Amino acid sequence: MHRPSFRFQGLSGRFPGDIDIFRTTDISVMRGSKFRREWITGWLLLLPALVFLFAFTHIPAVTTILNSFFSTPRGRRPAKFVGLDNYEQMIGDPVFWKVLWNNLWFALGTIPVSVALAIVMALWVNEKLAGRSFVRMAYFTPTVLPLIAVANIWLFFYTPGFGLFDQITGFLLGWPATNYLGNPDSALNAIIVVTVWKEAGFFMIFYLAALQSIPVTLKEAAQIEGAGRWTVFRRITFPLLMPTTLFVCVNAVINSFRLVDHIFILTDGGPDNASALLLFYIYEVAFRFWETAYGATLTVALLVLLSLLALGQFFFFDRKVHYR
Amino acid sequence: MTFDRLLNALAAWILALVWVLPLAYAVWTAFHPAAYEARFELFAPLTLENFVKAWDAAPFARYFLNTFILVTMVLAGQFFLCTLAAFSFARFDFPGRNILFALVLLQLLVMPDILMVENYQTMRLLDLVDSIPAIALPYVASGFGIFLLRQTFMTVPKELDEAARIEGASFLTILWKVYIPLAKPTYLAYGLVSVSHHWNNFLWPLIVTNSVETRPVTVGLSVFSAVDSGVEWSVINAATLMTSGPLLLAFLLFQRQFVQSFMRAGIK
Repeated sequence: MHRPSFRFQGLSGRFPGDIDIFRTTDISVMRGSKFRREWITGWLLLLPALVFLFAFTHIPAVTTILNSFFSTPRGRRPAKFVGLDNYEQMIGDPVFWKVLWNNLWFALGTIPVSVALAIVMALWVNEKLAGRSFVRMAYFTPTVLPLIAVANIWLFFYTPGFGLFDQITGFLLGWPATNYLGNPDSALNAIIVVTVWKEAGFFMIFYLAALQSIPVTLKEAAQIEGAGRWTVFRRITFPLLMPTTLFVCVNAVINSFRLVDHIFILTDGGPDNASALLLFYIYEVAFRFWETAYGATLTVALLVLLSLLALGQFFFFDRKVHYR
Repeated sequence: MTFDRLLNALAAWILALVWVLPLAYAVWTAFHPAAYEARFELFAPLTLENFVKAWDAAPFARYFLNTFILVTMVLAGQFFLCTLAAFSFARFDFPGRNILFALVLLQLLVMPDILMVENYQTMRLLDLVDSIPAIALPYVASGFGIFLLRQTFMTVPKELDEAARIEGASFLTILWKVYIPLAKPTYLAYGLVSVSHHWNNFLWPLIVTNSVETRPVTVGLSVFSAVDSGVEWSVINAATLMTSGPLLLAFLLFQRQFVQSFMRAGIK
């Protein structure tokens, strides 16, 4: 019952010598006040952070849900309760389904490719390689750049006829000038490419850390048994990387809903919403059309989606993460 | 075996070259006259004129100052709030601790960016719209920071803590003299991650600022390079490099620390 390691005296402090007196006192009498003081100190330390956390995360999350049942206040007309009207509007909104679909494609296009690339990059950089530090730097640099700057660089890269992309494909393959960002069929893919370029190096870091913690003896033992590189990777390295993969995937999924900065520069969601994602659409609805109630409704959809994914991922991966 | 290795090295290098290509291209155009935007000659004349033009065309000095203030504000707030909260979670026992910790972790999933609609209303209520604190406030209590510091504080040996307490040190002294010094690498790692994240942040500042006096560089850059403004490509690329320059330079100089910081921040 008595826990000497947790003896906080609160703000008043005590003389160093009276610790023995404390110990010989009847513990049941002292415990109440001591523990209550510890509670209060703990809460007080937490208070400032919690105020901000609640003010900008938890309370807004709740009011978002509440506001989705009200109309948008305009001028002197206050918001009034409209029940599920906003949700009906959402279900009937073709743009909502389009951006949701786009977001699915965006996730499917970015997550597997960037995770796979990250693993390959980490494996390469982890080995003895001539100019390893340059290669590592090349992979990692995009991570440091602002996404908005990345978009500027790639916009130039994609410029029809004139950009490097067209110059290379024109020179090597003789393709005509192509407007990748202006074509509804390729705009989203062009954005996916930029995102993979930006993300892969970031994920590589986590794999690199994980690879360095795998004991070499495991690999050597397997090689003595005659296992090839691929077998070693498939049977030893990859399973041991599973916890990292879970971590990276959670990050990648959240990012697939969060990374929209480059869309502002590259396509502005166009053409015809072909490259708009959910968060971008929320921005448009709330801050270009000023339909804040509908914006709140869309935010609820995003929150629901994120929680479902978090739960799903947790249960799906939970079984596979553990080492065999 | 050696052939295999050679092939791997070759592939690694090709990918690395592909990866630097966009950036290298931006550097090329930024440092050459507009006439060489798409013509690659080894001895094309170098120039800094694009940077001068960009610097003169938009108030970048002010944008840099804003970003600097913003990043400092966020970092100071985060260090202060997250340290206290992490210490509380790591070393105090009080009712509701687990629930509160779960609420903190919830922020890893629901980031302030996602709640921009409501947060904007809050800022309007506080009369803070179009101010630098408005950009910073939603991020100062970072769930990630609290979590990271708590994990670090938990590894501090209890014996150290106890010894200090027997000496009669108050808990704030213990935090300051024992915990914080031992967590220095975590602070460095978290600081680098936080600075680069908020230097690069765009969406929330775009929403909540609308004047030169408050805009950070990312928003300033997007205003400057808006498609229909008719600025030359080479100038836009110069501006792009300029805005990411300080961070890029810091990264090239402290590459090892950066990579290790990101690693440390990612592993629990």
